[in-house]
Amino acid sequence: MNIATTDTEIISRVLHGENNLYAALVERYRNFVFTIAMRFTPHREDAEEIAQDVFVKAYRNLADFRGDSKFSTWLYTITNTTCISFLRKKKLAVHSLDQEHVFEVADAQNSDFKANQVEAKSRMQMVNQAIQMLSADDAKIITFFYKGEQSLEEIGRIMGIDPNTVKVKLHRARQRLRSKMEEHFAEEVKNIAD
Amino acid sequence: MEERLWDYIDGFSSEEEKSFIAQLIETNLEWRRKYHELLDVHQLMQQNIELDEPSMRFTQNVMELVANEKIAPAASSYIKKSVIRVIGGFFILSISAVLIWALANVNWSAPDTGKSLDLPKVDLSKYLSPTVINGMIIATVVMALMLLDMTLRKKQKRNREMTE
Repeated sequence: MNIATTDTEIISRVLHGENNLYAALVERYRNFVFTIAMRFTPHREDAEEIAQDVFVKAYRNLADFRGDSKFSTWLYTITNTTCISFLRKKKLAVHSLDQEHVFEVADAQNSDFKANQVEAKSRMQMVNQAIQMLSADDAKIITFFYKGEQSLEEIGRIMGIDPNTVKVKLHRARQRLRSKMEEHFAEEVKNIAD
Repeated sequence: MEERLWDYIDGFSSEEEKSFIAQLIETNLEWRRKYHELLDVHQLMQQNIELDEPSMRFTQNVMELVANEKIAPAASSYIKKSVIRVIGGFFILSISAVLIWALANVNWSAPDTGKSLDLPKVDLSKYLSPTVINGMIIATVVMALMLLDMTLRKKQKRNREMTE
């Protein structure tokens, strides 16, 4: 049996009528698309709705994927524009202060009760919670760079900006992430440095 | 300093810059401290950013939705650049012909000086009967409408992608 493994092979076969093969592409990229959607909204249901929209749009326009970029880059471009349209429709605040506020209140209640003692934190939890405190733009660019396997040029194409601007935005996003971690997870950051 | 160190860590520095930074890290305490600080953050992110997962039914939901969808034909199949070039060329030729005819029939004389510029008179009346002129007008209008249709289709497609 001829198993299509690359994105291009799967797309070619879907375009020739093997529509069920599209599920393989969905499986491959669903987590990343959903994660990007979660950068724009704290509600899982909304993020799932956005992610589903992305895959439906990608399916409808599959014939327009020319193969001059990676399928992931093309898909993430649709993800980015869909997320932005969703925000415009719902007029949601991009940056949620809820998470930060929780830690501020905890700090104020007891000076010895540090924010990083609210729950047991692993490094992974710390990093991912810090990312959730960032703006959608910052969280998105960090996710594209570290998990999306996209180069600066590809991220620039996804976001519709110059690669040099991507570099500057990435640099600032990392600075802000570092500040968030130092502010809210001081103990963990100290342990990592030691 | 931070920007240069980030470029170094990310592998964006040139070979020259790379060896210069490596030397600075080796010899300068401040650079070395900053480098390790940024490298720790970089490694933290590299190793610890995790992806969220949607519900178990996600793929099934998507496949149920796409079962009712059709894959649109590629935009390039109905927006041919060669057709646009031919239509554009026709417009340019028509406008040029009208301009040449208009300029040739202008009276280029300066009454005060008595000087005049004699251009060859272009008499198109033997070629341009009312039928020919009407035909050209109709052809121009039809091609303009075709061009407008192609442009609006492309815009509509783009808007649909952005707003749906």
